[in-house]
Amino acid sequence: MKNDLQSEAYLRMLKIRGFEQAVTRLVTEGEVPGAVHTSIGQEAAIVGACMALNIDDYISGTHRSHGHPIGKGAELKPLMAEILGKATGVCKGRGGSMHFTDTSVGSIGESAIVGGGIPIATGAALTAQVKGAGQVALTFFGDGASNEGVLAECLNMAAIWKLPVIFFCENNGYAAVTPAANSHGQPDVAKRGEGYGVPGVIVDGQEFAAVYAATSAAVARARRGDGPTLIEAKTYRFDEHCVGLFIKGGYRSADEVNRFKTQRDPVTLFRERLLAEGMAESALVEIETQALKLVEEAVAFAKESPFPDPEEAFELVHANPIAIRR
Amino acid sequence: MTDSKTMRMTYLDALGLAQREELEGRDDTIIIGEDIALYAAGGAYGDTDPRRIRSAPISECGFAGMAVGAAITGLRPIVDLTIANFIYLAADPIINQAARLRYMTGGQFKVPVTYRASMWHSQANAAQHSDRPYPMFMNIPGLKVVCPATPEDAKGLLKAAIRDDDPVIVFEDNDLWGKKGDVPLDTEFVVPIGKAKTHREGSDVSIISVSGCLRHALKAADDLAKDGISADVVDLRTLLPLDNDAILGTLAKTGRVVIVDPAHRTMGAAAEIAAIIVEDGFDMLKKPVKRVVTPDVPIPFSPPMEAPLYPNPQKIAAAARELM
Repeated sequence: MKNDLQSEAYLRMLKIRGFEQAVTRLVTEGEVPGAVHTSIGQEAAIVGACMALNIDDYISGTHRSHGHPIGKGAELKPLMAEILGKATGVCKGRGGSMHFTDTSVGSIGESAIVGGGIPIATGAALTAQVKGAGQVALTFFGDGASNEGVLAECLNMAAIWKLPVIFFCENNGYAAVTPAANSHGQPDVAKRGEGYGVPGVIVDGQEFAAVYAATSAAVARARRGDGPTLIEAKTYRFDEHCVGLFIKGGYRSADEVNRFKTQRDPVTLFRERLLAEGMAESALVEIETQALKLVEEAVAFAKESPFPDPEEAFELVHANPIAIRR
Repeated sequence: MTDSKTMRMTYLDALGLAQREELEGRDDTIIIGEDIALYAAGGAYGDTDPRRIRSAPISECGFAGMAVGAAITGLRPIVDLTIANFIYLAADPIINQAARLRYMTGGQFKVPVTYRASMWHSQANAAQHSDRPYPMFMNIPGLKVVCPATPEDAKGLLKAAIRDDDPVIVFEDNDLWGKKGDVPLDTEFVVPIGKAKTHREGSDVSIISVSGCLRHALKAADDLAKDGISADVVDLRTLLPLDNDAILGTLAKTGRVVIVDPAHRTMGAAAEIAAIIVEDGFDMLKKPVKRVVTPDVPIPFSPPMEAPLYPNPQKIAAAARELM
């Protein structure tokens, strides 16, 4: 059982890594419209959180949107097609890279409004509580979003109503190019929970097992009806804020980036741990091959898919349609 | 319950009745807002399950956004934002999330959320409590915006908003809260979103009214009738979508139009209505379109400064006479 869970976790981490590398390549090939933000370096935080959830639990997220639904188990093909703006995209070409949503796995929306996903997940938790459905909701947000007032509002309401929600901060140290050290009076985001009666937990976001354990405990607490938890996973973004974005001035040192890439790569750390725990090298290679194949198939599917008809822009605005004025 | 009876009640009581019927009659509606607990204690929501009544802290952005999350996962939230100016604190989730999530996700969601916002103008509350903010929200594709002007429409439009599968903002005219009218008691009574109502038939001049200006328009029409001028009075009721057929229909009857809108002049609802008339009905116009609106100044506190700023029967009648 533990092995199955770890194999699946490793596969999902590799799917995120492979997806992001493929997207980066497609950007350089000029295939990708719009801005793209990758989660390379943050895979253990994402997958550790998602593996603690059931498929019908809810997640919301951020502009750095690809990893979350993949971590929740989404199929790669519709996601990659969305990146290229294709009709077969998971959002039918209306959302793009920053707004992945795949309700088939409980992904209820990534938001390009920083902090925007926080009340969405808190509201989903309200639904779960009102309906007594037993589900929980988890919202991924960054250290940057922790400075949005809406986090404070939602922490407080989740606390007073004991909502089954997990506030999961992927603290990668930088809000775009502003270091957290320059923008946080209290550098530990988790400590902000206490002020609202929400327990805060800090975990090493590069270690799958640590994230999984902390999130599992928070999920159990939420399902018991004991309310929300604020988890802060200290993690690191290996690539630039946005693919192709190069800002002069050096907001972080090459040494720092290199140190994380060589010593704190979550995929490498997890692989080493799995080997140390006795998983066979051949089993790992098999998972790695599988992930690569899924990514390649997704890229081929996305490239072969047609673009939407421009007239489709006028569809799906309303559920109870009204005349669209052109 | 189907019931052909009506009861005389205030606009505020009609809103309360609509809300209670929709809360008691289904298990997916919830109400969220400030001070809700007090109203619940007073019996405003009948025997609704207390889990569906959320008395929120003062966190408009947070609970307006939570309502979106609840709506896309299967509830039908009614958000009471109380004073309309507070909608600015909640504007981000209304605009960036509620209005767009269905579209941005390729139709994976419906977003059945209702926002109530009461416009407290002409009550000496100064500029931070006196706005009529609906024009800004008419510019947001994905939303629906209604402005009931009678107790009957207050009930029918609020119920339609709650039952609609898209986000609807109900802008209430607070000046009307205490005004009485006959309200259908049928629990299935709704006023369709997007349909204007003709309150008085006429042939010389059209008065197209927005929100609580209807009562001023009807008074003006009485006054004009004394001079033999026959006014056609139309209350738009819904501002997004606008009832183009009703706008062009009244124009076709009269060829002269006064638009009465309590919002400010620049880019108010009246501006869009005038644009429709000029673009699609220019050949029917006998005279230029007139607007009776609120000037482009913040609303002052002192009553002698505030009162003259808004549309009133005298201004409407004067504008109509200029067209004759």
